[in-house]
Amino acid sequence: MIKTDILIIGAGPTGLFAVFEAGLLKLKCHLIDALPQAGGQCSEIYPKKPIYDIPGFPEVLAGELVDNLMEQIKPFQPGFTLGERAETIVKLEDDSFVVTTNKGTRHNAPIVAIAGGLGSFEPRKPLLENLAKFEDKGVAYIIKDPEVYRNKKVVIAGGGDSALDWSIFLADVASEVTLVHRRNEFRGALDSVEKVQHLKDAGKINLMTPAEIVGLNGKDHLESVVIRKTGDDSAINFEVDNFIPLFGLSPKLGPIGDWGLEIEKNAIKVDNTLDYQTNIPGIYAIGDVNTYPGKLKLILCGFHEATLMCQSAYQRIFPDKKYVMKYTTVGGVTGFDGSKKEAPKAVVKAIE
Amino acid sequence: MTDIRITIIDRDGVTHEVDAPTDMNMNLMEVVRSYELAPEGTIGICGGMAMCASCQCYVNSEHVLPEKSDDEEAMLAEAFNVEDNSRLGCQLHITDDMDGLEVQLAPEEL
Repeated sequence: MIKTDILIIGAGPTGLFAVFEAGLLKLKCHLIDALPQAGGQCSEIYPKKPIYDIPGFPEVLAGELVDNLMEQIKPFQPGFTLGERAETIVKLEDDSFVVTTNKGTRHNAPIVAIAGGLGSFEPRKPLLENLAKFEDKGVAYIIKDPEVYRNKKVVIAGGGDSALDWSIFLADVASEVTLVHRRNEFRGALDSVEKVQHLKDAGKINLMTPAEIVGLNGKDHLESVVIRKTGDDSAINFEVDNFIPLFGLSPKLGPIGDWGLEIEKNAIKVDNTLDYQTNIPGIYAIGDVNTYPGKLKLILCGFHEATLMCQSAYQRIFPDKKYVMKYTTVGGVTGFDGSKKEAPKAVVKAIE
Repeated sequence: MTDIRITIIDRDGVTHEVDAPTDMNMNLMEVVRSYELAPEGTIGICGGMAMCASCQCYVNSEHVLPEKSDDEEAMLAEAFNVEDNSRLGCQLHITDDMDGLEVQLAPEEL
């Protein structure tokens, strides 16, 4: 079991900065994120977009901001559980919490800070009536093991990079790959688009555009999909073993919504008069995931919330210790790795 | 301060006639949010970057609107429930010539 002082759920800018503020108080942090890399939306959705309202940065790319935050928190050696989604929380007798991910990784901490942003990013599912019936029975939204598709008839739907890349990859694995997209145009790396063109010309990928999957058929396992060509009322029944819709990711609050926390407007209600604690003592919510009167979903507000949360967490962990906030200009930054940053000392020396 | 009047049909089919300012650098998605015509967290999720389709709407009136950008075009190609008159509200900047516009919010993606 991973043990830490503050368990942060969500490795976006707010969660990352919380590591720094906790570090100044000598508190250790561990972060869980469903995405395979740190940075949250900034890395996943808009790494190349500029942000103009980070105080002191007239302009910074979202990806650069994440790189800077990672550099800033490095001395405090945060732990990461990436690519796993926080699933359940249990309170122990000593008032600490155990958070378990979907892959079974367990984390124990006296403080949990939810910095979950919009939630965890889940595959977007097409609106098909009996879709749920065929999940894991021919329908999958994520390709975990490509070997599953060896010598199978596969239909992939989507027009982005993942649809293109998997079509290319599975062309050599599956017995037949059909790529269905609503437009003739694909949005992806030029190289991928050209490769699919090449494979199509070579007869290794069937391309059906503009077309859409409008139905699924089968007894227990998927047996066929209904494909409708755009602008054509006729639909064809197409025999397949597997259907892989790849329509990107969208954020969902997910299992956190079932943790007994007070939810309002798809966000977690917190006490903004004090420390951003939720209705469960010891669990805080900071950044875009929380709500309170006047809430603004801004990175700079998340930084502020993270800072106050850490002060409150410190007092919760050490109720008897006296402490006052210290400026980094005065106290410097002492990392857990032994590094020390501080302002250069002035000398007192007579000039003769 | 100048306002135009637009009609917005929400996801429950209820019609709202609202005033929208043309001088506040607002887009249609933000107008919908400012009047709370769709619950927070179900519209404008990406903040207005044409990177989700939570603000998709159908334009019912005959207004001539600005052409779709490549980003909007690409997002609508991936979105669900898309019709010929679909637009992303976040990409429609409120201007004087939108006076009398009628739009309907597309269903929420689940």
